[in-house]
Amino acid sequence: MDINALRAQFPMLTNKSMQGHPLIYFDNAATTFKPRRVIEAMNEYYFKHTSNTGRGDYDLEHITDVKFQEARATIAKLINADPREVVFTSGASMSINMVAYGYGRKYLTEHDEILITQAEHASNVLPWFKVREETGCQVNFIPLDDQGRLTPENLAKAISAKTKIVAVAHVTNVMGYHIDLKSISKIAHDHGAIVVVDGAQSVPHLKTDVKDLDIDFLSFSGHKMCGPTGIGVIYGKYDFLEKTDPFMTGGGMSTGFDMCGDASFMKPPHKFEAGTQNIAGALGMAEAATFLMEIGLENIAAYEKQLREYAIMKMKQLPNIDIYNEHAEAGIIAFDIKDVFSQDAATHLNSKGICVRSGQHCAKILIDYLGVVSTLRFSLYFYNTFEEIDAFIEALKTGGDFLDAYFA
Amino acid sequence: MPISLDATMMRQIIMDHYEHPRNKRTPNSPNYKKIHMDSVSCIDNIHVYLLIEHGIITDAAFNGVACAISTSSTSIMTELLIGKSETDAMYIIDQYLAMINERKYDDSVLGEAIVFMNTHKQAARIKCATLGFIGAKTLLEEQHHHE
Repeated sequence: MDINALRAQFPMLTNKSMQGHPLIYFDNAATTFKPRRVIEAMNEYYFKHTSNTGRGDYDLEHITDVKFQEARATIAKLINADPREVVFTSGASMSINMVAYGYGRKYLTEHDEILITQAEHASNVLPWFKVREETGCQVNFIPLDDQGRLTPENLAKAISAKTKIVAVAHVTNVMGYHIDLKSISKIAHDHGAIVVVDGAQSVPHLKTDVKDLDIDFLSFSGHKMCGPTGIGVIYGKYDFLEKTDPFMTGGGMSTGFDMCGDASFMKPPHKFEAGTQNIAGALGMAEAATFLMEIGLENIAAYEKQLREYAIMKMKQLPNIDIYNEHAEAGIIAFDIKDVFSQDAATHLNSKGICVRSGQHCAKILIDYLGVVSTLRFSLYFYNTFEEIDAFIEALKTGGDFLDAYFA
Repeated sequence: MPISLDATMMRQIIMDHYEHPRNKRTPNSPNYKKIHMDSVSCIDNIHVYLLIEHGIITDAAFNGVACAISTSSTSIMTELLIGKSETDAMYIIDQYLAMINERKYDDSVLGEAIVFMNTHKQAARIKCATLGFIGAKTLLEEQHHHE
């Protein structure tokens, strides 16, 4: 992997500065930068073949139609799915809501249970609370181990015959642990539950094979994998997609309807894609998927692991840093500068040109577990470098002087 | 503002109010007007309290979890507002907000709050520096509306 050659493809990584320093971006769990080819793939649609999908009466529309279906196939390839199992959404949040609305709300009853964890992102908690509100089912939490990790053993203890859905992130957005999804799926299936996976932080960073993992639904977003915002995917096993109600109805998803109110819907994935789709977004996301596959997800994961280990090693040498997830696998480090409120610390880093995020990272119930009000989160991607980590470490050393940001 | 107020002193004032915030408490009396201020862009989560009697702010307080900038600015604000008439308090708040937003302002009424004059250098923190002031302004506007 030639990092410099890769970096050269990103306009945001070329001669950008912030607060008078070269820009260093460590907020990749929030969103990622886009390579030029992704932006160009979207522009090409707007400049050269703007038209709607689905009919194909003329050449322009045919081109768009073919490209849109190719985009679906490319994303299917990324996760080893069948293209019929890939539904475009606006992003991972909509994807999970679609399963909660179309499957959870339809099939769960007051006798049933949904299992999640305290480490989940709000978008993998609140849709299930909504299902609870509407069906009377329970939402219970699988206990995390003492490091904040979800283990198959703890799922095995928590699960029962009333469990119908196990909804967990493959990689959580604050703690960054890789969970043993294959074992989790097996345990869930053995108890008759389905597995709904939040892949927002995993699909961009590691090889995800939905068949091998044997998961039932998988949500992810384009913008966290070098693609555009406003586009994402819900993968579902075809049988489950057939059983799931569409979240929205409208044009492009029905086969017919009459004045009595009888309507019939298309087969998945089309029945979930009412209205004109985010065509440019889908083409951009597919280009991003191709880009990631060309680099190789295994290479990305291996390089990120090296970067993470280097950052942890350096951070541990600093006396003023608390690390909350030293042993996690993902390129996410939750930490604090001792005695400095996380947002003040983030401003200090901003004044050095470094982007990190402070707060609860949309995992507000995890904070109870960590016993802190908020943390800083450093999250990397394959375009980050060891030199950037060195600059970050230098900036951390003076974190106690956070008011410099206003007076320097 | 004294001309001699340099960066070092300004930092000391911010840190002093952060480490020893004034009027950081939850009043028991139901006569206080109260507002909850939080922000989607940060973790700051505070309540601001004003006791207004016969048009005078006789007490001001705040409580909650907040960063150095919002803790310190709200602490300074409570000291500025106590004893002021509603009209004067509103004038002070408006001058402060003008300063933060880099508009023309009257520094003669701002006292220690002048230490936040550089907030624009960290534009992402304008919300923190104004959280308490906007809370108090909202309370005063509500009060005015009732009168």
